[in-house]
Amino acid sequence: MTNKIWVYIDQFKGQALPSSWEGIGAGLSIAGELGGGVTALVFGEGVEGIAQEAFHYGANEVLLADDATLAEYRSEPYTALIAKLATEQAPEVILFPTTTRGRELAGMSAVDLESGVLVDITALEVQDGTIVATRPVYAGKLLAKVQCSAKPQIITLRGRAFAKPEADESSSGTLTKVDAVLAEGDIAVKVFDYTTSEAGVSLTDAAVIVSGGRGVSNNPNLEAPGDLSEEEQEVWRAQQGFALVNDLAGVLGAAVGASRAAVDAGYIPYVNQVGQTGKVVSPDLYIASGISGAIQHLAGMRTSKLIVAINKDADAPIFKLARFGVVGDLFDILPPLTDALRNRLDQ
Amino acid sequence: MKIVVCVKQVPDTAAQVVVEDGQVSWGDAPLVINPWDEYAVEAALQTVLDQGGSTKVISMGKADETEALKHALAMGCNEAALVSDPALTGSDNVAVAKVLAAAIQKVGDVDLVFFGKQAVDSDTGTLPSMVARVMGWPAITLVSSIAELSSDAIKVERAIEEGRQVVESKLPAVVSVTKDYGEPRYPSFMGIRKAARAEIPVWDLGELGIEAPASVITWPEMINPPKQEVTTEIVEGDSPQDIAEKLADKIMAEKVL
Ligand SMILES: Cc1cc2nc3c(=O)[nH]c(=O)nc-3n(C[C@H](O)[C@H](O)[C@H](O)COP(=O)(O)OP(=O)(O)OC[C@H]3O[C@@H](n4cnc5c(N)ncnc54)[C@H](O)[C@@H]3O)c2cc1C
Ligand SMILES: Nc1ncnc2c1ncn2[C@@H]1O[C@H](COP(=O)(O)O)[C@@H](O)[C@H]1O
Repeated sequence: MTNKIWVYIDQFKGQALPSSWEGIGAGLSIAGELGGGVTALVFGEGVEGIAQEAFHYGANEVLLADDATLAEYRSEPYTALIAKLATEQAPEVILFPTTTRGRELAGMSAVDLESGVLVDITALEVQDGTIVATRPVYAGKLLAKVQCSAKPQIITLRGRAFAKPEADESSSGTLTKVDAVLAEGDIAVKVFDYTTSEAGVSLTDAAVIVSGGRGVSNNPNLEAPGDLSEEEQEVWRAQQGFALVNDLAGVLGAAVGASRAAVDAGYIPYVNQVGQTGKVVSPDLYIASGISGAIQHLAGMRTSKLIVAINKDADAPIFKLARFGVVGDLFDILPPLTDALRNRLDQ
Repeated sequence: MKIVVCVKQVPDTAAQVVVEDGQVSWGDAPLVINPWDEYAVEAALQTVLDQGGSTKVISMGKADETEALKHALAMGCNEAALVSDPALTGSDNVAVAKVLAAAIQKVGDVDLVFFGKQAVDSDTGTLPSMVARVMGWPAITLVSSIAELSSDAIKVERAIEEGRQVVESKLPAVVSVTKDYGEPRYPSFMGIRKAARAEIPVWDLGELGIEAPASVITWPEMINPPKQEVTTEIVEGDSPQDIAEKLADKIMAEKVL
């Protein structure tokens, strides 16, 4: 019997993304109500190890496509394969993580399979055999309940919204090998080189984020080299500020975030931007320093579990969301805070 | 090059959006072009500057939703069309993709279609690849720069989660553009005047030669998120060291590290 719930395992360069395992957890949590177990889809080249990992995280079956045409992710051959398998085996539900690849594959499979797609879902329940999903819209200002009346119900899950199951190295399941459906000549896209991100720890997967805003450049005591233009001096001062943010992030194993004002002023690359037009994040701990808390920034981090704000201005809106606040200069507070946390974390 | 840009009209990102009597309301906040789509318009305009050709901007919406189109015209797009039909109310994303694909087909002989990354109201970010799929064209999402462009191929850099990737694709293709592409231009005074006077044609389903595509997604309920109850505790002390020690204790006590 084939399982009714499929989970797409998103991988990059042979490494599965943690949000893929959250997908297996979410799948198992509704599998009981829909009957059957969870089938994981693992596509790539030389990715049998990921199939084994999928079993450890609770998949009952893996459909493994190992082929040179699938070595680099490309939406055309991947979608063609999902569509063919789903047409043959008719799953009720296909879950993807809400990553760039997940969004593409979910959307394109929905077109091929004449269904629809529910995007960036944060909660799932089953009512009368159909999924009722919850998703934030308007950057989390509202929540919507959404449903899909066609099969398969194609869903992308927001990262960190579902618990990752504990891995059990002794778990195994049925490994079924499947063939790629497109030949290289039929694929319009070629992938060339690739450079890793400047960002370090990925923002969307991070359990802890330390962010800096325009305030990181505001230290009149710092004397920038005189041969720089005014704009360059500001960026130079911001780099000293972000060095403090980075130190704290390093101690906490955290990702570094930023406000749009810091990004637009050239302090830090856009990949680090948190907010409505940056990344939406939901870490366990979010430390905002020198960030005022504009509505577009709050939209990107308001669901963080614990928010700590450091700001000179006692009236800054960020304090309304913060559990702990320090009204003060980040240049004074961050260095001793880094030391104090390093001591407590025994490093 | 014949280029199409797809744009959406949305409430301003600063709007307080709430559900009142089951209806979504953004008060008197202005309606604007989806911020991500300004980058798509910029990319389209620069492409035409380099390669020659024309840009047509298309938006699907209600009969009076021309704000995004006017902004794109004011930035410098050559022509606009509003796709609007009462039968399209409540369309889901696959249905919208089919309608936009029909509109692109109607323009005819299109080489490249530019999209924004995501609409800031529905936050789905799936239309670019869906439209490509309906057209049978490749989708190249999250483009940060165009390295090479010829009449039958495009080479771009993409900004994906893991870093930057260079990919090449055959044309025609669908491209979505990210903020890394570069700041969108401000509309010029002349552009704003031209856009204000422009007669924007409305394409209904008859004009597109299609029936309203079926929708399978429903939105049974919209909810105001539960208020986050936080009591803010301002940590004070005799010195930054003292404050830092106290704050560190409080953070540790929350067991998030
Ligand atoms: C369409 C649109 C989309 C947007 N999307 C985003 C988005 O995705 N993300 C985002 O962040 N913003 C976004 N914005 C911008 C947003 O409106 C704000 O302009 C931005 O968030 C402000 O950044 P900031 O808090 O760093 O700067 P500011 O508002 O200038 O605040 C700086 C803060 O630092 C404090 N400060 C200064 N010096 C110090 C010091 N030495 N120590 C401690 N505190 C100090 C100040 O008191 C102040 O509160 C968007 C805006 C628009 C129009
Ligand atoms: N109604 C619409 N009309 C034209 N283009 C749209 C429409 N909705 C979305 N788009 C385009 O599709 C992109 C992604 O939107 P979405 O998938 O809805 O988040 C947007 O940035 C726009 O470029």
